[in-house]
Amino acid sequence: MENDPIVVMKDKCVGCRLCIKSCPFGAIAMQEKLAVIELTRCTLCGACVPVCKFKAIEMRKKDAPVAGAVADLSAYRDVWIFAEQKDGRIQSITYELLGEGRKLADQLGMSLCAVLLGSGMSDKTAELVQRGADRVYVVDAPELAYFQDEPYAAVLIDLIRRHKPAIMLCGATTIGRSLVSRVAVNVRAGLTADCTGLAIDPETKNLMQTRPAFGGNIMATIITPKHRPQMATVRHKVMKEALVDASRKGETLIEKVAAEVLKSRAQRVKFVPEAETTMNIAEANIIVSGGRGLQAPENFSIVRELAEVLGAGVGSSRAAVDAGWIPYSHQVGQTGKTVCPKIYIACGISGQIQHLAGMSSSDIIVAINKDPDAPIFRVATYGLIGDLFKLVPLLTREFKKALKK
Amino acid sequence: MHIVVCIKQVPDTADVKIDPKTNTLIREGVVSIINPFDMYAIEESIRLKEKLGGKVTAITMGPPQAENALREAISMGVDAGILVSDRAFAGSDTWATSYTLAMALKKIGDYGVIMCGKQASDGDTAQVGPGIAAHLDLPQITYVRKIEEISADHVVGERLLEEGTEVIRAPVPCVLTVVKEINEPRLPSLKGKLAAKKAQITHWKADDLKAEKGNLGLDGSPTKVVKIFTPPARQGGQIFKGEPEEIVPQLVEKLKDAVIAAAS
Ligand SMILES: Cc1cc2nc3c(=O)[nH]c(=O)nc-3n(C[C@H](O)[C@H](O)[C@H](O)COP(=O)(O)OP(=O)(O)OC[C@H]3O[C@@H](n4cnc5c(N)ncnc54)[C@H](O)[C@@H]3O)c2cc1C
Ligand SMILES: Nc1ncnc2c1ncn2[C@@H]1O[C@H](COP(=O)(O)O)[C@@H](O)[C@H]1O
Repeated sequence: MENDPIVVMKDKCVGCRLCIKSCPFGAIAMQEKLAVIELTRCTLCGACVPVCKFKAIEMRKKDAPVAGAVADLSAYRDVWIFAEQKDGRIQSITYELLGEGRKLADQLGMSLCAVLLGSGMSDKTAELVQRGADRVYVVDAPELAYFQDEPYAAVLIDLIRRHKPAIMLCGATTIGRSLVSRVAVNVRAGLTADCTGLAIDPETKNLMQTRPAFGGNIMATIITPKHRPQMATVRHKVMKEALVDASRKGETLIEKVAAEVLKSRAQRVKFVPEAETTMNIAEANIIVSGGRGLQAPENFSIVRELAEVLGAGVGSSRAAVDAGWIPYSHQVGQTGKTVCPKIYIACGISGQIQHLAGMSSSDIIVAINKDPDAPIFRVATYGLIGDLFKLVPLLTREFKKALKK
Repeated sequence: MHIVVCIKQVPDTADVKIDPKTNTLIREGVVSIINPFDMYAIEESIRLKEKLGGKVTAITMGPPQAENALREAISMGVDAGILVSDRAFAGSDTWATSYTLAMALKKIGDYGVIMCGKQASDGDTAQVGPGIAAHLDLPQITYVRKIEEISADHVVGERLLEEGTEVIRAPVPCVLTVVKEINEPRLPSLKGKLAAKKAQITHWKADDLKAEKGNLGLDGSPTKVVKIFTPPARQGGQIFKGEPEEIVPQLVEKLKDAVIAAAS
């Protein structure tokens, strides 16, 4: 037991249960009137240590030797961002990463570098420089025309080993999460998913990565003290996009990789764009969502009309998806997508916890529901109580007027 | 084919409540369930077996109680369960978790398709599936919404991307992570429930895995949690009641600037 990373000292514990209440992971239980930590559940977050008035919980020092630790952290320099592109177009998440990356790089006195993988994309590097990159690493190959897990991961691994960045950021998109999870394992990096806050610890210079867990019910701040790079995926729409500064200068480095690195066992057979999507909801600044309150599939048209006037994406609750009213790709929530728009308008959605898990970090939430007790009103910035079949079309009309469309 | 499905026991979010006074998570009395996405992975594994023959093994790394999750999987039609449990795994992040599961898969040896859920509802990382693929150097298809074709040596799956569907063909063995759209999980049959009761669950500890000790648990985890806190609770805002013709213009007035700002 003395090797256990966290222990309750039996002679000090009085069985007051304060630690049990403090544990976000339900890892502490009472046994014979003393607290016992279930190690297989414990994440060693340390939340219980300060709440114990009797100093009965001790954590093993975190500077014990660790496997794969980097001996000389200073050999790792620069902040890298993965420049996500689709069909040759740089995605907006990339500009958000450049905006955030610039701040981190400046604080650390390091360069901000973008990594661009693609085919025939060399003319896009200027765009990345204008948005804040000091250097752009480009790997140009036909195999990289569109995202493929294996060659993309292998190329990134190769570049990271060669150039040793201190930090590597990527969007928490489907592509981003599939990609960097593979990369982090191979370069033995720490990887924090879906961050909504990044900062530099002024003392240690570590990257403090803050992210929601349990559907946003708790937040965790995570560091990677001994491994490099410190890798994180970043949630859409949380960080501010870097603005264009046409006068900025930067360098472009064309990197060569071995043919071996570009091989893929998995192969794309075809790509079918979604017919229904007017807009990828993860990227939308405004989302209008419909739920079971719409009562029938054809009534989604009133949601779509409002969305069109607002230039918004269309979302939905799971109930509407399960009823077959709208494709799954529009589902917001625990078993759907997590979104973080500036404005989220929920029409006929009750606001069960699984739905809230996917949208409660939106800046402004508008709820339209005829039931004044619907839980959605507890998180709504503005609530309209009433019949959505009257309210939503009226809202569309009034917005049309107000926006002079 | 030997299909292995990786499942995780998580707290039931429908049960998770926030203490309104202290604004902390109330965890006492919260029941554990199989991670919702893993239910789809279990169902799909059983369907593949029904098509191809072979067997399905469910594997979980977790506390002794996670045996219940394995039994539930068996009640649906999974053939065997393996519980990987050891205090040496304490503090595992996704690096160490995917390493441990990969070592367990190596011990299983004859795996074909390895199924995972898209992500777990407690950590929401979606990193463990691709992590396992990386440790085992296997190809992967993430976010699978349909399996179009499967044989002993290849699988063709539809992957749900933000703006459409990509059809990918991968050789077996490989790792798939699945989304909700893929199927409708079945309920356990009576026969299944009986089988679950009687089933012998295999227990593996760290020593059984030929794992490098330094790669396990806290020591094997590059990330460290330094702080856990509850976000400030969202306050309910302004409620408009009254005639639609009155309240709608009021709301539009409030929102107009934000809409214009969002559009630019
Ligand atoms: C494991 C698990 C995962 C889940 N994942 C998700 C998820 O990812 N996303 C998700 O959304 N849900 C999810 N759910 C389901 C969730 O619990 C709710 O069942 C679902 O969100 C309800 O959808 P709804 O609000 O549209 O329907 P309801 O709860 O039926 O609400 C409909 C609302 O419409 C209102 N209404 C009806 N008619 C009108 C009208 N004429 N005018 C105005 N208002 C009207 C009603 O008052 C009611 O509040 C999950 C559940 C489980 C168990
Ligand atoms: N402890 C675990 N045991 C077995 N499978 C797991 C475990 N953790 C994660 N997984 C699998 O990996 C998927 C993604 O989990 P996560 O990366 O934690 O979001 C889950 O849906 C499971 O299929």
